[in-house]
Amino acid sequence: MLLTFPFFPPRASTVAGQVDHLFLFLVAVSGFFACLIFVLIAWFAVKYRYRPGHQRAMSTRTNVGLEITWTVIPLLLTVVMCAWGARIFFADYRPPPNAMKISVVAKQWMWKFQHPEGPMEINELHVPQGQPVELTMISEDVIHDLFVPAFRVKKDVLPGRYTEVWFEATMTGAYHLFCAQYCGTQHSKMRGWVHVMEPTDYAQWLARGASEPPEVAGARLFQQLGCAACHLPQGTGQGPSLVGLFGKPVKLSTGEIVTADEDFLHQAIAAPGTKVVAGYRPIMPTFKGLVDEEGMQKLVAYIRSIGNKPGANSP
Amino acid sequence: MTNSQSMPAMPREHYLNAKYGVKSWLLTTDHKRIAILYLISITAMFFIGGFFATMIRLELLTPAGDLMTADTYNKMFSMHGIVMVFFFLIPSIPATLGNFLIPMMIGAKDLAFPRINLLSWYIYIVSAGLMIYVILNGGVDTGWTFYTPFSTTYSNSNVLLAGIAIFINGFSSILTGLNFIVTLHRMRAPGMTWNRLPLFCWSHYATSVIQVLGTPVIAITLALVAIERVWHIGIFDPKVGGDPVLFQHMFWFYSHPAVYIMILPSMAVMSEVITCFSRKRIFGYHFVALASIGIAVLGFLVWAHHMFVAGMSVYAALVFSLLSYFVAVPSAIKVFNWTATMYKGNVSWQTPMLYAIGFIGLFTVGGMTGLFLACLGIDPHVTDTYFVVAHFHFIMVGGAVMAYMAGIHFWWPKMTGRMYPDIWGKIAAGLVFVGFNLTFLPQFILGYVGMPRRYFHYSPEFQVLNVLSSAGASILAIGYLLPLVYLLWSLRYGPVAGDNPWAAQGLEWKTASPPPTFNFDETPVVTWEAYDYEQMPKEVPVVG
Repeated sequence: MLLTFPFFPPRASTVAGQVDHLFLFLVAVSGFFACLIFVLIAWFAVKYRYRPGHQRAMSTRTNVGLEITWTVIPLLLTVVMCAWGARIFFADYRPPPNAMKISVVAKQWMWKFQHPEGPMEINELHVPQGQPVELTMISEDVIHDLFVPAFRVKKDVLPGRYTEVWFEATMTGAYHLFCAQYCGTQHSKMRGWVHVMEPTDYAQWLARGASEPPEVAGARLFQQLGCAACHLPQGTGQGPSLVGLFGKPVKLSTGEIVTADEDFLHQAIAAPGTKVVAGYRPIMPTFKGLVDEEGMQKLVAYIRSIGNKPGANSP
Repeated sequence: MTNSQSMPAMPREHYLNAKYGVKSWLLTTDHKRIAILYLISITAMFFIGGFFATMIRLELLTPAGDLMTADTYNKMFSMHGIVMVFFFLIPSIPATLGNFLIPMMIGAKDLAFPRINLLSWYIYIVSAGLMIYVILNGGVDTGWTFYTPFSTTYSNSNVLLAGIAIFINGFSSILTGLNFIVTLHRMRAPGMTWNRLPLFCWSHYATSVIQVLGTPVIAITLALVAIERVWHIGIFDPKVGGDPVLFQHMFWFYSHPAVYIMILPSMAVMSEVITCFSRKRIFGYHFVALASIGIAVLGFLVWAHHMFVAGMSVYAALVFSLLSYFVAVPSAIKVFNWTATMYKGNVSWQTPMLYAIGFIGLFTVGGMTGLFLACLGIDPHVTDTYFVVAHFHFIMVGGAVMAYMAGIHFWWPKMTGRMYPDIWGKIAAGLVFVGFNLTFLPQFILGYVGMPRRYFHYSPEFQVLNVLSSAGASILAIGYLLPLVYLLWSLRYGPVAGDNPWAAQGLEWKTASPPPTFNFDETPVVTWEAYDYEQMPKEVPVVG
């Protein structure tokens, strides 16, 4: 019974092993000191318990050497813990450049996943094994949190701002996906499964569901919402050209220079008045309410897709 | 100390019988009577919060939601957290034991501002009454953390009233802190220098500084939540132009130091109880005193460790991680010094000492598991899971409540003049220790395996650990109900304790039990250091 009792969730990602090693190191160090304290207290409590005729308590004054010792040793150990933890955190902060990008929209109380090739999923996420996957996440309403214990990853999903998390699955199988940030009535039902598949199986799975890639849907939205009327490709319209824009620096009317990333585009669409490109008038209306977060991600996917095309005059 | 051999008698007149009638209690300015008023009020709130905990543990016996609806469950854990944190733990030791003992420990007649002291209790009662009104009128479902934009825009429960209750409650905390700071500066008896001050007072001084500096921030934060909720002014909800993470910074700027408002007074109790039952001077007096101040200062600089997964710069995360590790060091210093105090002492095993030893064990585990959460490599996996729930219950229940029980059992004869049956105290302490560990140790495993907190439904593989936890909670409940019975019994039937039943040091033991209204017949002059147990009998007398 005890041997099969799960103390660890499955180790199904590249970081899972690193996190568990560090965890065991902390268990060992803190376990040693906790036991040291327990043993000393139990020993003192029994050995020095009051008995008639027992020696009078020895008056021990402050022992500065001892005080310094038990200040410095914990201090050094905690610095080691901090540094080791930071190493993992820093190394895993940025996703590898070849990561597959999946868009995530969280809302009360479901997860929606948009694959770059087109398929959409709800509360289920299929990913290939051995391939870094980056999730770009945003919430439609309150704060949620994407948590996959088997991958040892967790990240808040905020409204109004993109957050990213990445993992590389190492083992095929189905793993729990939880919302870890309390989000209302059905918080505990806001969960699903991550299915890790062999790359060939994943390719087959992708091919089965025929659907359009997000940038194609984004291009259609771009027309439908009337964006194309102002954002002409040559930059001759009332708004700046969006061709070749993605990932480039943009100068704002305030003089500030920002990078045209997902967050910038999101804000430029939802609250255009706050980010006006230098040389243009603040005439764009807000599209908040007209386009939901999924539509927003499609628009961003479209703008990203025309980001690398040459021959554009950058604003 | 006076006549422990012959039968002690109750003093003819003391603070409890000096005046009679409801009015003499409700209009009292005696710090001891106000402490009793607080004791009764927070005990009531403790059992209300405990009722919610019972409902949570009952519901979690099975993976499905069968005892109540999801909304009800969400309200249960929200109100459990709010009642326990704001209406029990934060006032617990300072407002009862601190109120009762600080003037006596420094040889004063009362606190510096007796009327403000009474005012703080009335403020507490108004806020607690409002909170009970909220509970009876449908409750609140935001969690005790009130995260935005859920609390400002999406929740349909009584967020506004609950926020107002906590807002008002904060003023009672601020006034108590202010009163202690002024009292400790201005009211010490001749000879009671800072270097002779009992560590109980040092720790309460550190606590008071946090209360005065930190509490206004939670008041402002909740006021902003109310403004956004009522007038839709964009502060936290991005839909109206706000920033949801800003709320978390403001909330934790108070609520992390608030943990030290709960634990520093517990450490205060520890230093008194362990010295008395080891018959020894505290080991490293100055280090224990300065560690309290260190905790109070560093405690203000670690708040963002609650937000490592909320999206912040890696460098900010590194700074907050390192500072969080540093705040662990003064706590470690204290634990080592308490342990060293027992070395070569004459250790007695009465009830308060059992609770104190339990405290050291549980607080050590709670503190050690804090190291995991401060660690950037591990926190993303365990935050927002049952690992965190277990960690902070080890600190707040295993630490703060154990110490509160130790303190109540230690000073009960001073407060009431009567002794409870020691054997029942020992049984209760044992039940609390066993029940507590059975409740919360499984939750560490649950968390690392991946069960998120605040889950109404959960996956079937988590059931075994949840059943263990609920079983432990039922033992814990008995452990908390027992003292209520024998302590009340002792008021009438307990043997008369005498002035100093534990042969303890400290000015509070040099006056009658229960003390006279103005504590001392004449102002004492202090010529000795704190914990001068060489002058005392080497045995703790057995009463009752």
